[in-house]
Amino acid sequence: MSETYRGIWVVAFRELLRFVADRSRMISSFMFPLIFLVVFGAGFSRIVGRLEGDVNFIQFIYPGIIAMTVVMSSLFAGTSVVVDREYGFLKEVLVAPLSRVGIILGKALGGSLTALIQGTIMLAIAPLVGLSISPLLVLQLLPTLLVLSLSLSGLGILMATRMRSQQGFQFLMQLMVFPLIFLSGVFFPVQGVPTWLQIVAKFNPLTYGVDAIRQIFLGPRASGLVAELPGNETISTGVILFNHPMGIIEDVAVIGAIGAALLLAGVWSFSRTEA
Amino acid sequence: MPIIEVDNLSKQFGEIKAVDGVSFKVEEGEVFGFLGPNGAGKTTTINMLCTLLRPTSGQARVAGLDVIKDKNDVRRAIGLVFQETTLDDYLTAEQNILFHALAYAVPSEVRKQRTKELLTLMELWERRKSKIRTYSGGMKRRLEIARGLVHLPRVLFLDEPTLGLDPQTRNRIWDYILDLREKQGLTIFLTTHYMDEAEHSDRIAVIDHGKIVALNTPDSLKDQVGGDVLTISSDNNELVEDELRDKYGLVPEVNNGTVSVRVPGGEEFLPQFVRAYEGTLQSIGLRRPTLEDVFLHLTGREIRDEKVDERALMRNAMRARYR
Repeated sequence: MSETYRGIWVVAFRELLRFVADRSRMISSFMFPLIFLVVFGAGFSRIVGRLEGDVNFIQFIYPGIIAMTVVMSSLFAGTSVVVDREYGFLKEVLVAPLSRVGIILGKALGGSLTALIQGTIMLAIAPLVGLSISPLLVLQLLPTLLVLSLSLSGLGILMATRMRSQQGFQFLMQLMVFPLIFLSGVFFPVQGVPTWLQIVAKFNPLTYGVDAIRQIFLGPRASGLVAELPGNETISTGVILFNHPMGIIEDVAVIGAIGAALLLAGVWSFSRTEA
Repeated sequence: MPIIEVDNLSKQFGEIKAVDGVSFKVEEGEVFGFLGPNGAGKTTTINMLCTLLRPTSGQARVAGLDVIKDKNDVRRAIGLVFQETTLDDYLTAEQNILFHALAYAVPSEVRKQRTKELLTLMELWERRKSKIRTYSGGMKRRLEIARGLVHLPRVLFLDEPTLGLDPQTRNRIWDYILDLREKQGLTIFLTTHYMDEAEHSDRIAVIDHGKIVALNTPDSLKDQVGGDVLTISSDNNELVEDELRDKYGLVPEVNNGTVSVRVPGGEEFLPQFVRAYEGTLQSIGLRRPTLEDVFLHLTGREIRDEKVDERALMRNAMRARYR
């Protein structure tokens, strides 16, 4: 058991050391979400107008952008496994008296903590888009982000356990990241799209992450918030699962369940590849 | 009690028997050379000994611990230096050692004292706060040896420890290794493609096609080859060959345009042969057998002909260039 605990914190500690040592990575994982915020925000604000309750489009997508930042750097946990394998460091970890489960959970935790730091930094621009931050909000947000990032680290690691080259993994990542982000309700209310797309979105863990973070920022009104479609049809901007509007806790529970499954699969897959 | 005991160890990958019933013992404090052509089962054996690979059958004990049942205790008892670099380039030397010490649960006072001691010995103390990216190949290798010793292992596995390094650096690294063995009573398990390096071993095992084909001290192995080595090149190598075979009853071999033959008492044989030979000789040489000859004799291949894991060499070179 001590081999598992030590594995978790030693590996996570090194991820943090490395995060601090490699600044370029920090900047690059901010750029992408920021560009989306600026381009989409500026581009669509005027056309989309306001949602009921005086929420403009930038305020609508901003919580999703935070989720996106966390996703990008969580998936990096997977990249880090592949890079370690390619550059040999993984061998140093594998011959140490650490359990395989501990190593993988450590990677996930390390990735999540760095993601959490980045998500928190993104909070700094909240006032710029006209949203206020309270201590209570931060207190709700951090655990939510942690659960979300642990889950997505699980996904990244699961993909990484079988990959041998960085290029291959990057390609696979691109293939995953775009659908993950665009089919999650970052940019549109999930309830407003055709049924087939709704079904896809509801299998996406990020959908619940975005919904939870949005409710944390915009208050419970976000789930009850109504968007007006052409023809006077109205929809909820929240996520409705089996006719039930999801609350924050329920969203987090769904992400947690998906994440636990992904992490388990990752641990299993890793223990099988690396004896 | 031997520090490594291997008993009938085998590893099968599908149809291929990579290691086929290998048995040997290594005594404490010994430098044990493990030689063999690529694909002979060297790396597979090492990986089983350091718990990275599960044996198909047989047993192995390191420091009295079973490599299957007591995995984590075996890992604590051994230090490893692989042929490819396993350092984190983005961290400093000190941070790399810190990670290692934490992973092996080395108490912090011991860590601080050992870090200073080992980095000073390897002449890296001044550079401890530099990132590994700025290190040369020789420095990285020295750091890896230092790191492998932080947790006070009883056996140090060195897999091609000086691969791709220049001769001066190689010599220095060997000075450090032999010094460590002297001071710490460390057992060293070595694989190498450099025969001069293998000379440092107290005993050498040669593995081929998954089996141990010889195990003895370097001197006894050389004696086994059977006398001195005579190398002859002439206009007509076939004539030389025929004469050696028919007239003197020897067993010549042709390699790279020269005829080589093993003769007991070469000093007397040489003038005798030259006087009697009818054709024109271009060059002739006589020497004591080297480990190179031993290797050739046992495996039918010259170790130099082997591709010295080109991928690892290339990877190291690329890394030096792009990172």
